[in-house]
Amino acid sequence: MERVPVLKIGDMLLVSIQIDMEDQTALQLQEDLADRIVATGCHGVIIDISALDIVDSFVGRTLAGIASISRVLDAETVVVGMRPAVAITLVELGLSLPGIRTALNVELGMELLARERGADEWQLEVDGDDDTETPAVTTP
Amino acid sequence: MALTAEEAARFADLLEVNSDALVATWTDRVATTLRGRLSHAELQRQHSELRKAFQQALAGGAQTLADESAAELRAQLSDLSSTRARQGFSVTETAVSVFAFKEAVLGVLDQSGGGDALRDYVTLSAFVDEAALFTSDSYVRVREELIADQAEQLLELSTPVVKLWEGVVAVPLVGTLDSARAQVVMERLLQTLVDTGSPYAIIDITGVPAVDTQVAQHILKTVVAARLMGADCIISGIRPQIAQTIVALGIEFGDIATKASLADALRYVLGKAGQAKRLER
Repeated sequence: MERVPVLKIGDMLLVSIQIDMEDQTALQLQEDLADRIVATGCHGVIIDISALDIVDSFVGRTLAGIASISRVLDAETVVVGMRPAVAITLVELGLSLPGIRTALNVELGMELLARERGADEWQLEVDGDDDTETPAVTTP
Repeated sequence: MALTAEEAARFADLLEVNSDALVATWTDRVATTLRGRLSHAELQRQHSELRKAFQQALAGGAQTLADESAAELRAQLSDLSSTRARQGFSVTETAVSVFAFKEAVLGVLDQSGGGDALRDYVTLSAFVDEAALFTSDSYVRVREELIADQAEQLLELSTPVVKLWEGVVAVPLVGTLDSARAQVVMERLLQTLVDTGSPYAIIDITGVPAVDTQVAQHILKTVVAARLMGADCIISGIRPQIAQTIVALGIEFGDIATKASLADALRYVLGKAGQAKRLER
């Protein structure tokens, strides 16, 4: 079974899903993320689904599950890069993924998380200084 | 009542012998119905070609219009109807051109006399009727193609997505929103959001003449889809009557921001973006 890698960048965890999500992969990701959030003490999770052509109801529900679990562990989840076709299909299916925050791309997702944390007294290392982060995203 | 081979041959002869008189009467007759919108010379040219096609079809032993030997005639007729359709003639005016052929034939038939004249005329008449029906059919087909082309062009023209500000795009909707257009608008808008990375979109409905439950449903779907992708949508350009209709129909926009004008919407979006920037610092 394929596994989705979870990368730590600063105070965030980045998950970029590059494979077709099967039910088992989604469940495994949910477990891995919970472990990693506790192990690293991160406060933000970014899930990039820009490579996903199909998001079915199970994956949608798992994403909602991940969001709820990380909220319990004091981490905010942002789903980024949803394709137009996927969004249209989800709307037609009547799945509006309640409780999930979304952003157009990874950059905007990071800004969103930084803003959320900025509202708390926590100081982040990320200061809109994207140049140092972009290479980190691509290195496994 | 189909033509027999013998009758067809007789008519082919008749059309050949009286060709000039026939075309002249035919052209005169049609010219009066078209009231000078096509020149006499042009009509004469079309009719002599058609006469030739009729003559050839009959000489080839065509008993109905669907026969092999009438292929050339069919091509001529559909050619005639497609040019007439594009020139804006009505279907009656197009069909009359073919029907008038009967009158012209009757004229030359009277002169040649003969006891079977009436019987011959009736059988030929059936053949010409068939030709006229075929002409009307092709006319309608060409007209439908024209309409489909225009609808497609309209669809392409009427849905621009414009960048209003850094991170703000707008869709000025003009005209009635049906399902097909709503789908195109939705796809264009969402694709532009991805391409430009704009977190805000304004849907301006100033140019939409009426908002019913279906149109509202389309707009709501677009907004929800944009939200799923992580962009915020604002609806602007709601005219007073439209606001009244929306309330009367009981349409709920929920927590979607609605503004009276595009300017208000832009101010609101810039305010929100500014707030976000301040929070970041």
